[in-house]
Amino acid sequence: MTRTLRKVALPIGVVALGLVLLLAFAPTREAVLAFLNGAFGGRNNFNLYSTLSRFAILLGVAMSVLVSFRAGLLNIGAEGQLVLGGLTAAMIGVYLPAPPLVVTVSALLGAMVVAALWAMLAGLIERATNVPLLIGSLLLNYPAVYLASYFVSHPFRDVNSGATQSFRILREAGLPRFTGTILDYGIVLIGITALVVIVLERTSVFGYRVRMQGYSVGFARASGFPTRRLYYRTLMISGAIAGMTGFVAVFGMNQRFIDGMLTAPLYAWTGIAAVLMAAIIPWVTPITAFFFAALATGAIGMERSVGIPREVGQIIQAIIVLYLSGVAGKMLSGRDGKGR
Amino acid sequence: MFFDSALMDSIPRLFTPVLLAAIGSALCERVNVFNIALEGMMLIGAFFAVVGTYYTGNALAGLGVAMVAGALSGLVFAYFGVTRGGDHIIVSIGFNVLAIGLTAFLLGQIFGVSGQFDDPRIVQLPRIDLGPVADIPLLGDFLSGQSILVWFAVIMVFVVHWFLKNHKYGLRLRAAGQNDAAMRTVGVSPEALKTSALITCGTLCAMGGAQLSISNVTLYTDGMSAGRGWIALVIVMMCNARLLWVLPTALLFGLVDAFGFRMQGLGLPQQLTESVPYVLAIVVLMLVFRNRRARLAR
Repeated sequence: MTRTLRKVALPIGVVALGLVLLLAFAPTREAVLAFLNGAFGGRNNFNLYSTLSRFAILLGVAMSVLVSFRAGLLNIGAEGQLVLGGLTAAMIGVYLPAPPLVVTVSALLGAMVVAALWAMLAGLIERATNVPLLIGSLLLNYPAVYLASYFVSHPFRDVNSGATQSFRILREAGLPRFTGTILDYGIVLIGITALVVIVLERTSVFGYRVRMQGYSVGFARASGFPTRRLYYRTLMISGAIAGMTGFVAVFGMNQRFIDGMLTAPLYAWTGIAAVLMAAIIPWVTPITAFFFAALATGAIGMERSVGIPREVGQIIQAIIVLYLSGVAGKMLSGRDGKGR
Repeated sequence: MFFDSALMDSIPRLFTPVLLAAIGSALCERVNVFNIALEGMMLIGAFFAVVGTYYTGNALAGLGVAMVAGALSGLVFAYFGVTRGGDHIIVSIGFNVLAIGLTAFLLGQIFGVSGQFDDPRIVQLPRIDLGPVADIPLLGDFLSGQSILVWFAVIMVFVVHWFLKNHKYGLRLRAAGQNDAAMRTVGVSPEALKTSALITCGTLCAMGGAQLSISNVTLYTDGMSAGRGWIALVIVMMCNARLLWVLPTALLFGLVDAFGFRMQGLGLPQQLTESVPYVLAIVVLMLVFRNRRARLAR
C-alpha cells in the first residue's frame, strides 16, 4: 500500500497544482462558482449529467488505453478505434432492418469487432515488419478518421440536415436515459466494463500475465507465458473497449454519428492523459478520468458565464501531463515498451 | 493534362513544411531525443506566423515571430524532457495537446474568433523569381516563384548534413546520442547539446508551420498542421535520420500530396485523398522496416 501511495502522491500534488492554475486563470469567486456550476450544477443538475456523460466516454477510452499500457504496449490508436467503433454502430443503427433490441446488440458487437480488428492491425504490422506499435497505431488513426468523415459527408450523409452527420439511428434502438435526465445507460455499460477490467487485472491469471509481460517481456517468455497470444489478445481487448465506447457515444449521447464528434473533444488524448495521471494503476484511472471530465465541462461553464475560454481546460490538462512525464515515464519504462 | 504547371508548382510548396520538420526531427534523433511533438511545434509556428504578420504587416517579421515561438517550444520540451528527465513520448503527448489548446485559446483572445482567422493584413512570404528559368515549361513552375522557405529547406538539408559530419559541435551532437557518460568524461554536457537540438528542431518546425500559414495560404485554421509532423517523423524513421535520404523521401510525399490535391480537383472526395499519405507512410515503413530492427530512440 505504501508503494502505491508513493506512486500516486505526485499525481495528487499535480492535481492540486492544476487546481491552483485554474484559480490563477480564474481569480474571482464568480469564476470558481461558474466552474463548479459548469461541472456539477445547472438547472436540474443538467451540468452534472453532462459531466457524467463525458466521464462515460473518457472512462471507456482510458480503460482501453490502460489495458494496452499495462501490458507495455504503446497503443496510441484509441482515436481511430473509437471513431471506427462509432461509425460501425451508426451504420448498423441506421441501416439494419431489424427489431430495436437486435439493432442495439448487433451495433454494440459490430463496433467492438471492427475496433478490435483495427487495433490488431497495428499489432500485426509490428510483429510482421517491426514497425513500432506506437507509430503504426498512430498512423492508422488518420485513415480511420478520414474514412468516417467521408462516410457521413458523402454516401451516408443525412441529406436533410445542413451538418455533416449520418441519419438518426432507429429511435427505439438508442440507449435509454435515466428518467428526467440527459444521462443514458451507456455509463452503466462502461462502468461495468471498467470494474471487470480492474478486478480481472488483479485476480485473473490473464491479468497477472499481462501485468508481468508489461514489466518484463523476458520474464514472461522465460516463464512460458504465451506472449504472442497475450500480445494480440491485449490489443484486441483494448480495441474492443474503445469500440464499445464509440457505440455508447453514438447510441447514447447523439443518436447519430456527427463528423468530429469523437475527435474534436480530444477524447483519445484525454484518455491517455487520464491513464498517465493515474500512473497506469487501474483503480485510480476512473478517478482521473472523472477529474478530466469535470475539468472540461467546468471550463465550458466558465466560458458561458464569465467568458473565460474553455480551452483553458485543455491547457491545464496538457500542463498536468507535462509535469507528470517524469513519474509516469518511470512507470512506462519499467516496462520495456515492446511487449513481445 | 495531369502533369501541368499547377501540379508542378504545388509540389515544393507541399513538401517544404514536412522537410523542415524532418530536418529538426533528424537532429533530435541524432541526440537520442524521441521528439514526437513536431505536430504541435508546427501548429505553434503556423499560428504565430499569422500573429506576427498581422501586427507588423510584414511576412518576414511574421516568420521571425514564428521562429521565436518555435524556439521557445523546443525549450519547453527540453525543460520537461531533458532537465526534468521526463519520458519523451509523454512529454510529446502533453505538448501536442498544449499546442492545440494554446492556439485555440489565443485565437479567441487575440483575434476574437474561433476556428479560423483570415485578414487582408496577412501577407505572403517573399517568393524567388528565377527569371529566364520560369519560362521553361513544367520545370520553371517547379523551381521558380517558390517561397524563400522552399530554398531555405533544401539548403538546410545539405548544411545540417555537413554540420553533423564535419563540424565539432555536429560530431558532439552525434556522440551525445550514443553515449552520455563518455560525453561527460570529456567535459561536454549532453543535456546542453540535447537542449540546443530541441531548440533548433522547434525553430525549424515553426518555419514549416509558417510555410503553411503565410505562404501556401494566408490564413490560420485550427489544426492546420493536419498530421504533417507525423509524416515528417515517419520520413526520418524510414531514412534512419540520414539527411541525404530525407530530401528525396520528403519529395515523394510532396508529390503524393500534390497528386491528392489534383485528384480532389477531378472530383475525388477530400477525405480519401488526404488519407493517402498516411496509408503510404504505413506501407513504406513496413517495407523499410521488414529487414531492420526498429531503432526507436527512447
